[in-house]
Amino acid sequence: MYSMNQALYLKKIRREKKIISIIQLFIFIMFIAIWEVLARFNFINSFLFSSPSMVIKTLVSLHNSNDLYQHIFITIYETVISFSLATIIGLIIASLFWWNNFIAKIVEPYLTILNSLPKVALGPIIIIWVGANSNSIILMALLISTFITIINLHDSFTNYDEIKIKLLKSFQASKVDIFFKAILRGSLPNIISALKINVSLSLIGVIMGELLVSQKGIGYLIMYGSQVFNLNLIITSIILLGLISYIMYYLICYIEKKIVQ
Amino acid sequence: MTNIMTIKNLKKNYHTLEGEIEAVRDFSLVVKKGEFIVIVGPSGCGKSTILSILCGLENKYDGSIEYNSNNKPVIGYMLQQDTLFPWRTILNNALLGLEITKQLTKEKKKNTINLLEKYGLGDFINHYPSSLSGGMRQRVALIRTLAINPDILLLDEPFSYLDSQMRLAVSDDVYKIIKNEKKTVIMVTHDLAEAISMADKIIVLTKRPAKIKNIYNINLNNRGSPIENRKAKEFANYYEKIWKDLDIHV
Repeated sequence: MYSMNQALYLKKIRREKKIISIIQLFIFIMFIAIWEVLARFNFINSFLFSSPSMVIKTLVSLHNSNDLYQHIFITIYETVISFSLATIIGLIIASLFWWNNFIAKIVEPYLTILNSLPKVALGPIIIIWVGANSNSIILMALLISTFITIINLHDSFTNYDEIKIKLLKSFQASKVDIFFKAILRGSLPNIISALKINVSLSLIGVIMGELLVSQKGIGYLIMYGSQVFNLNLIITSIILLGLISYIMYYLICYIEKKIVQ
Repeated sequence: MTNIMTIKNLKKNYHTLEGEIEAVRDFSLVVKKGEFIVIVGPSGCGKSTILSILCGLENKYDGSIEYNSNNKPVIGYMLQQDTLFPWRTILNNALLGLEITKQLTKEKKKNTINLLEKYGLGDFINHYPSSLSGGMRQRVALIRTLAINPDILLLDEPFSYLDSQMRLAVSDDVYKIIKNEKKTVIMVTHDLAEAISMADKIIVLTKRPAKIKNIYNINLNNRGSPIENRKAKEFANYYEKIWKDLDIHV
């Protein structure tokens, strides 16, 4: 089937993949082991730096008190809502701007200001206006991710291959046709990369919001941990957060693969 | 041969912030049915502008374009690049024009499939453009244009993205298809040999603003395919005359 050299080549690629996985796993295990050892033998203060075994204990106790899943769920829920809303709103407004370039030109400086403004500064106002609840957290996350989505997608729409648009126009295509048959479909890679950015931005917004107001969620756990000086809880929450964001990012990549096929 | 289009005193200016650019001045042409007209001229002289006006991409111009029939003839436009959409199959790419002009019927779809099969793309109907060679993609682009059954075909440097060997083969291929389907053609190119080997009539334009400098009726002995035509003894003669007309200096 293959020539000898082709087989060797494939083998080499597979080998490299395997070695990378092994080293990745090794780093992870070493990190955990060294951390645990340092804490056990009091090289580091486990009250301040926690330890893997204490993280697991914390997880178990959260699990036993049934709080764990509620906190995880609420954070994921808020992230998914704000991330989907940001993408949809961004898509609609970017399309509108593409449709009417005049409006886009007028709005541009305002959009730039809103996008570069550190949204955390708006936190206190949002809480006063919307209330100390889930809605203000979602709004916070929305503010962080929507403007950049609008800017990126509008950019992608306006820079679409002109010669393809010319082709469509030579068939007397309407603007609607041009948008749906070329621009939107052609911008799919950019839309997906906007999704990827939005996952992490929404999560940032949600955690920021939860730190400020909430009664539930991973951000709340971190805030609560710092108030009662329970660093085990804080570190456990951060590890959970890392896992959640990694899984969400991975899901988008999975969806991307499906769509590309 | 009957006339199908008469262009009179076409004139087009572009407006930019730097000033007004006169692209075309006083361009007149009578197009007869079945004719293969080639427009040559120095690069940037406004050749493509003329095609853009003819196919309706540019609405603002002076002068008149008259058609010798009651309804406006259908005009097909083929661009420099094949511009196939990578997410559409070959068939769906070929159907794009029909889809947009809202005349996609079962019958027309069948006709398009027949065209694809007739010109050697039958096995690729459900493939995506990325799996086709440059020449085949250009053939799909031509069939996409032919699918709307145009009375006049406009070809805008249709081979300029192909390497020089492919260019010969593809221009031969495209020429055969066009003659087979008995289409009237206006083609723009900067390649003189290509122009002489394909044209019935060559219009030589001046530098911008484009005006007609000379018109040649190409009469070759033993007219055949473009590649064969290059061997005709009159070929070099035409080449020399047109080259002189173009008056190109580095």
